[in-house]
Amino acid sequence: MPRFFTQDHEWIEVDGTTGTVGITDYAQGQLGDIVFVEVPAEGRTLAKGDEAAVVESVKAASDVYAPVGGTVTEGNAALTEEPDLVNSDPEGAGWFFRLTLSDPDAVATLMDEDAYKSFVASL
Amino acid sequence: MSVNQSGWRPERPSAADAGAATATGNRALMLEEPLIFEIGSTRTTGVDFADGDVRHDRLGDLTRKTPIGLPGLSEPETVRHYTRLSRQNYAIDLGLFPLGSCTMKHNPRLNERIARLPGFADVHPLQPVDTVQGALGVINQLAFWLIDLTGMHGVAMSPKAGAHGELCGVLCIKAALEARGDTERRVMLVPESAHGTNPATAAFAGFTVEDIPATAAGRVDLAALKARLGPDVAGVMITNPNTCGLFEPELKEISDAVHAAGGYVYCDGANFNAIVGRVRPGDLGIDAMHINLHKTFSTPHGGGGPGSGPVVLSEALSPYGPLPYTARTADGHIHLIEEERAQEFSDEHFGGKHDSFGRMTAFHGQMGMFTRALTYILSHGADGLRQVAEDAVLNANYVLRRLEDVLDAPFAASGPCMHEAIFSDAGFPDGFSTLDVAKGLIDEGFHPMTIYFPLVVHGAMLVEPTETESKATLDQFIDALRSVATRAKAGDPSLKAAPHFAPRRRLDETLAARKPVLVWKDKAPLADAAE
Repeated sequence: MPRFFTQDHEWIEVDGTTGTVGITDYAQGQLGDIVFVEVPAEGRTLAKGDEAAVVESVKAASDVYAPVGGTVTEGNAALTEEPDLVNSDPEGAGWFFRLTLSDPDAVATLMDEDAYKSFVASL
Repeated sequence: MSVNQSGWRPERPSAADAGAATATGNRALMLEEPLIFEIGSTRTTGVDFADGDVRHDRLGDLTRKTPIGLPGLSEPETVRHYTRLSRQNYAIDLGLFPLGSCTMKHNPRLNERIARLPGFADVHPLQPVDTVQGALGVINQLAFWLIDLTGMHGVAMSPKAGAHGELCGVLCIKAALEARGDTERRVMLVPESAHGTNPATAAFAGFTVEDIPATAAGRVDLAALKARLGPDVAGVMITNPNTCGLFEPELKEISDAVHAAGGYVYCDGANFNAIVGRVRPGDLGIDAMHINLHKTFSTPHGGGGPGSGPVVLSEALSPYGPLPYTARTADGHIHLIEEERAQEFSDEHFGGKHDSFGRMTAFHGQMGMFTRALTYILSHGADGLRQVAEDAVLNANYVLRRLEDVLDAPFAASGPCMHEAIFSDAGFPDGFSTLDVAKGLIDEGFHPMTIYFPLVVHGAMLVEPTETESKATLDQFIDALRSVATRAKAGDPSLKAAPHFAPRRRLDETLAARKPVLVWKDKAPLADAAE
């Protein structure tokens, strides 16, 4: 399934009209040990760029933005008890939330994996 | 997701080198001390009360039928408990405190003596004003000197700390905009080199915050600031000297541009210590600036005293300042102006120019800090205050120049620093960080400097020595920091396990954040507690 990336270090994996969102391995590395994650409630409507979730490491709290617009279908409940999943498996079990995309074509404006890799290399 | 740019990483303790354990947990004469509840017993008490005669109480069935079970301690146990705890503390009275913080400089004992005079210490805020003319005189005289030292028009004395003062100043700006019907100005500009509380204050007051970038030299990007000014901008909040330890030489030009665009200029005066007696913010076009009495004017704060953050105001903002305020009339009487008399008094004495936004506090502010700050001002005099600023700047530059060969100093080329010297972690090998240097300094007997702030400097180390420290003390500190920094750059593994000699070794900050213990839990309930 195709995966897209934002300049704010979120990833989104798209399966038809469903997207799964998380933060990248680079982002978790920058944050250090994650201690708390707040995911959006089911049914919340998000526009592209909305503050969708909060991730806290020991020192810094950061907002996670919606890469594209949609309606949240599920937040990753496992992160409440095990926020360190974001450190150990950021682009797998450490996903943040799933949403139904309001416009599945909107992901075309995001970076693909190669573009994101060169973006990170430029930082 | 926004990225933590400061380079800060939490640390987990190294399992290796746990150190030799003692049977008691004490380390030589540094004693482990449990919580007071854990030492106490319901069978012990430090006082001997006569049995009360409560046969005629009116509680009926509500009288307690079982003992309350509160643990007590004997007097010597109590004295030892608190004395042991005090030995584990570190304070400005023990040694150099290089944090750029409210604990930074010596609190003169003369201040304490004056503040304890019964006429100041034992007054009540609701006493008739005729009986507290001396105390009100202190507030009024301090107000005069703060206005004089800053070249401003008025002052709000009641704010109780720096951020409270910021809020007061920003509310004055808001009131002034509303008074002229200019309600479309919703944006407050905050440069990256400003204090972290500034954007929080602006947001709390209902403004939208926008960043203005810093230049590579560590100062406000004037062109970017000018480009952003417009009819939606309420003002700018700028810190001078800024958090990079640098003076903003273009502040007058910034003020003129902001005023021309219809906005106001708030200056964060937390670092006023470096310019007191040398620079008058009023001459730079500032509209409002808070002064941390607990920093520049030496009142104790970090060690347990309350903060105090009076706000000096320009002529444009003075009418909107908070109530109450003091005013001396020609007959020598000092008035305390509250809501009931505000309009009448300003009609009589200030040509009716008064439109207060309200109150910041219930009463007049931190009286005990006013007495101390005025004592400090009067005992130093104008020449002494100027020397405070000059010596503080000289000390910071001495630290900067003596360490710049071992530590990267990102703004060393930006000219002399002001109140603080800033270094970065550039040149440290992989796996070694600013935190390791801070922990190593603890072993050397120094409180670490501020670390990982300002955010714009990677792995920042911020040293604010102030005028308090002698050259001999600074030399000891510099030698210690040189040694630790050299070990970090050489990748000395023993530094990763520092501190080796503190009562606690390196703490597991991640575990503390993931599984915080916020409530005391009785591990072994006292057997007799339920009797």
